[in-house]
Amino acid sequence: MAHIYDMIIIGGGPAGYSAALYAARAGLDTLVIEKMSAGGQMALTDIIDNYPGFDEGVDGFTLGMKMQQGAERFGAVSEYGEVLSVALSGDVKTITTDSGEYQARTVVIATGANPRPLGLPDEASLVGRGLHYCAHCDGRFYKDKVVMVVGGGNSAVSDALYLSRIAKKVLLVHRRDTLRATKIYHEPLMKANNVEFLWNRTVSDVVMGDRIIGATLQNVKTGASEQVLCDGIFVSVGRVPATDWLRGALPLDDYGYIIADETTRTAIPGVFAAGDVRTKALRQVVTAAADGAVAVHFAEEYL
Amino acid sequence: MAIIHVTATNFEEIKASDKTVLLDFYADWCGPCRMVAPILEDIASERDDVVIGKINVDDEGSLAHQFGVVSIPTLVVMKNGEIVHQSAGARPKAQILKLLES
Repeated sequence: MAHIYDMIIIGGGPAGYSAALYAARAGLDTLVIEKMSAGGQMALTDIIDNYPGFDEGVDGFTLGMKMQQGAERFGAVSEYGEVLSVALSGDVKTITTDSGEYQARTVVIATGANPRPLGLPDEASLVGRGLHYCAHCDGRFYKDKVVMVVGGGNSAVSDALYLSRIAKKVLLVHRRDTLRATKIYHEPLMKANNVEFLWNRTVSDVVMGDRIIGATLQNVKTGASEQVLCDGIFVSVGRVPATDWLRGALPLDDYGYIIADETTRTAIPGVFAAGDVRTKALRQVVTAAADGAVAVHFAEEYL
Repeated sequence: MAIIHVTATNFEEIKASDKTVLLDFYADWCGPCRMVAPILEDIASERDDVVIGKINVDDEGSLAHQFGVVSIPTLVVMKNGEIVHQSAGARPKAQILKLLES
């Protein structure tokens, strides 16, 4: 007979490995299924200054590895694979991945979110040809060049600031006429003398040579179109929850987040949603980690 | 097979291999590159028919430029000295194995 775990956690970011730590430490037989490697979105973050306990900050990749090792110290097991299908409604839940089939009595979904694309036709083909979603990964290729940052939230502004120290010029394209980012980000950006703000505009297309050489912008107020030349485009227009793979197995809100309150309980008994993938007010490493602990608390109650 | 650190000096020799060559353009400071690294180590230990070469873009700017690399990690599959696949972005092991069949 197939092995039945007490808990399967899907996703190995801060929510997933916090759940794994709490579950394994409580003696639950625990499996984490991760698509690629520990850390999730956090692993793509250069320095995390707002996770408590690290007085000089910590790089996200290291923190992810530490969270994984912390959970594995108490016996949590990690498997790598992409989930293909789930059967969640019964007492025993089945998760099928490209590396095998796994069963458990409870499931914690902690698959997080991914960068939101601009929505251009064939956008995926532009990655590697001048379109980027990670300024800290690719910014250094634009020393003394002109880059465009699209977005007006915290991550867009922090990307623009980072790029302003490398590139010759940063063009910040935002669909409103003010930044949405928290105040702490505003001043340093306004002080950077090589950042130009292009307000009330969205990117409607890219201008291609061998690679991206510019963008077509549309003014949302006047409808006017313009072409702006740049060497690369960094997209930071928010995130989309990684819930496509559920294919209707759980109720989602209008934006695709799994509907669950602060107990992390979803519509299906024994199934919990933790971290960025859940409907919640604040998506941070520390709130994701908290969700992991809460999910295990209510999973134990369910078991 | 062991992972080879590719430089401008040994690149031609690696390119000329009669095995499938998988090149990984990376940097130490790049999160997604670090996610891919253990996957490549796995593949290296499992597949004798594949040569894996890691190219540090900070040290080997001219090779990065030659391949038009502007995002890392960039994975390149070469067969008989020709590029048969090139794409940017970290991806799971199963997908990397599929790239090798390009």
